Amino acid sequence: MNAIARPVAAATHCAHCAAPLPPESQASYCCAGCAGAHALVTGLGLEAFYARRQQADGAQRPTADAPVIDFTPLARATRGGEHSLELVVSGLTCGACVWLVEQALAAEPDVMQARASLSARRLTVAWRGPAERGNALVALVGRLGFSLAPWSTACLRATEDAEGRELLRALGIAAFGATNIMMLSVAVWVGWDMGEATRAGMHWMAALIGLPVVLVAGLPFYRSALAGLRAGRMNMDLAVSLGVLAATGMSLSETILNGPFTYFDSASTLLALLLAGRVADRAARRRARQAVAELLALQEGAVLVLSADGTSAQVPVEQVQVGARIQVAAGERLLLDAVLEGGDALLDTSATTGESLPRRFAAGEALPAGAVNMGAPFVSRVTAAAQDGSLATMARLLERAEQAKGHFVDLADRVVRWFVPVVHAVALATFFWWWLAAGMPWHHALVPAVATLIVTCPCGFAIAVPAVQVVAVGALFRRGVLVSSATALERLASADVAVLDKTGTLTEGRPLLLPGLWSNAQLRRAATLARVSRHPLARALARACPAAPVVEGVQEHPGQGLALGRTRLGSARFCGIAGEDLGLTLWLAEPGSAPVAFRFADTLRPDAAAAVAGLRALGLEVELLSGDAAPAVRAMAEQAGITNWRAGVSPEGKAARIQALRAAGRRPLMVGDGINDATALALAHVSAAPDDGTDLAQTAADMVLRAERLSALPQAIATARQSQVLARQNIGLSLAYNALAIPLAAFGFVTPLLAAVIMASSSIIVILNALRAGREVKSAWTA
Amino acid sequence: MDSLILLMPVAMLMGLIALVGFLWALRSGQYEDLDGAASRILFDDLPNKKDPLP
Repeated sequence: MNAIARPVAAATHCAHCAAPLPPESQASYCCAGCAGAHALVTGLGLEAFYARRQQADGAQRPTADAPVIDFTPLARATRGGEHSLELVVSGLTCGACVWLVEQALAAEPDVMQARASLSARRLTVAWRGPAERGNALVALVGRLGFSLAPWSTACLRATEDAEGRELLRALGIAAFGATNIMMLSVAVWVGWDMGEATRAGMHWMAALIGLPVVLVAGLPFYRSALAGLRAGRMNMDLAVSLGVLAATGMSLSETILNGPFTYFDSASTLLALLLAGRVADRAARRRARQAVAELLALQEGAVLVLSADGTSAQVPVEQVQVGARIQVAAGERLLLDAVLEGGDALLDTSATTGESLPRRFAAGEALPAGAVNMGAPFVSRVTAAAQDGSLATMARLLERAEQAKGHFVDLADRVVRWFVPVVHAVALATFFWWWLAAGMPWHHALVPAVATLIVTCPCGFAIAVPAVQVVAVGALFRRGVLVSSATALERLASADVAVLDKTGTLTEGRPLLLPGLWSNAQLRRAATLARVSRHPLARALARACPAAPVVEGVQEHPGQGLALGRTRLGSARFCGIAGEDLGLTLWLAEPGSAPVAFRFADTLRPDAAAAVAGLRALGLEVELLSGDAAPAVRAMAEQAGITNWRAGVSPEGKAARIQALRAAGRRPLMVGDGINDATALALAHVSAAPDDGTDLAQTAADMVLRAERLSALPQAIATARQSQVLARQNIGLSLAYNALAIPLAAFGFVTPLLAAVIMASSSIIVILNALRAGREVKSAWTA
Repeated sequence: MDSLILLMPVAMLMGLIALVGFLWALRSGQYEDLDGAASRILFDDLPNKKDPLP
């Protein structure tokens, strides 16, 4: 009633996914999927979700064209006819999402348990009943607007972090030791009137806690130091291990002799502080690794295999045998090497060769794995199993290139290479000076020598670089740059030439509707038809007009077009128009009016020109390498403002160009998304891939760019450079501290109390300095 | 000073209990999902089954 008398302001945002609605729209939802999701949520009595969630930006829209995966074989049978399924859930952004997913599943009568982990994006659901029921449960969560994929081994590797758990356990033990020993130590420091026997008791008590703690909590350091020594390298962990063990040994001798002080507190505090830094460092990188694994899991797919008796089944890629006949639907990616069986096929090979226009393949021709079907569904025969196919060969090449990159020595280790010998020489000289020159008994001469090791033992020093890394990696993560490799930041800071790929990197990598001679009403009618299809062009058309209504009765003629009554949308031939097909074009033929053409093209990303200018402002040269033909590359290069471009470059050509740059002493940053870029990405000094790139490119790259796309790259370089400056400052600060502390220690002025003060204050200073790495960098290009 | 003989072991024991508690929590997977646990405490709704099983 009210609505008629006083028009209610139309909702501006979709009630489910909160995407902005077109102004003329009277609906409360942006699409049918969201309407269904909202009805589902309210039907379950879970409306509180909308008030509780922290993020609502339109990402939580149920996708109508989610890949169909059969989860039945993945369900694990547990006791008594129960099954459980492990899934990775994309779109799980806050506690409210976890709550919604868990409650929606728990409301199903047969679900025994549903538990989602927010950090790992992992959902475990267990139900009573047959394995097939899993598909329905997955579909239920999918209807809420989350994308699900099987929990893959890559996810497992990113999450099941045995080493991280060991570090955390060591940290707990070290923290226990540090606090309890400190309690005893403080008593000794201030208890100047303490009796000899009481002090001995305190020392023995500290030794009782200190010895096992140092042995157990120090294990991660001893192990890494040994591994370094075996490889003939001195690393930071060697310095830590020697300092800690020397302090413990000297303290034990002081305990036996009932000396004035022991250093068990220094040794365990040092371990606790260093372990805390390492745990934080790992957690920051683990978050990025998990996000990348999630992207990869969503791409992992199944293949529709046709068997001889005419039945078909979804089979995981790894299990498809050579000679199997597989069907590739419109818009689907071909996951295996195959030959086309009959008819012809239109494939988008931009991921494998960089060509932007789809190519037509004839029967009997070999099809490259990684290409996307742009035409009708086709049947092909598999020529190589997943583990011997071209994609696997490429993955093995990448692994080799990755190992070569592991030899990169980071800043901290470079400093340690000369710092450790110097400090140990000073400590040794101190010992001999007090023993031989000053005539002290050897076990007394040990005290100042070990004190030197402890005060220099690089507490601030070992925290200096990780602290900066933690803050910078975390800040970049929030801005949509996932840094998964440990030394990527340092390498990114020193990059001096940016090599960009065209298709999918500089451009969107998918067709977008171009302006043309059609009216908005025609576009709306065409989009109405296009909504039902998974064909890439139809999807591009539907995206161009999201407000188009949903209608029943649209018929799809695979590979030709769509029809609703006498209205037709599709190829020129399907619409009865004579003449040549114009490549990426859809025709709309309506009774009573002239047919109109909707043309599509891959266009430049909106931020491409700004990003290129940003890279240049940071002093990087920008190059464009593309597998596409010269005219297309020239046009894009001009629009993006790149003068140095090459067209028709093969994957080997890209890799060779990167190698040539490196041989010339340059440090190339490679950005690419395709299978044809993967080798170049792995060979480059540092590399990045957009989040909609192929999984191979994302695995090969050091960083994945999410959300902000290209323009995040100059920002990331600025942050990386700033973090390098801060890391250098931190190392400088630590060295300054050492320059002050070494003489004090060598001349025997350092007590355990002073050592603790020096250690704690230097650590706090470097940590405070490191926090500056998270701040937004105002660089020349944003001004 | 006699009190020390009692108090020190008691203090150590309390510390040890905390350590054992931490190790138990770590082993039982309570550190696996810190982000989720932070918000999970706010949601106390019990699952209401659509159609309770007999």
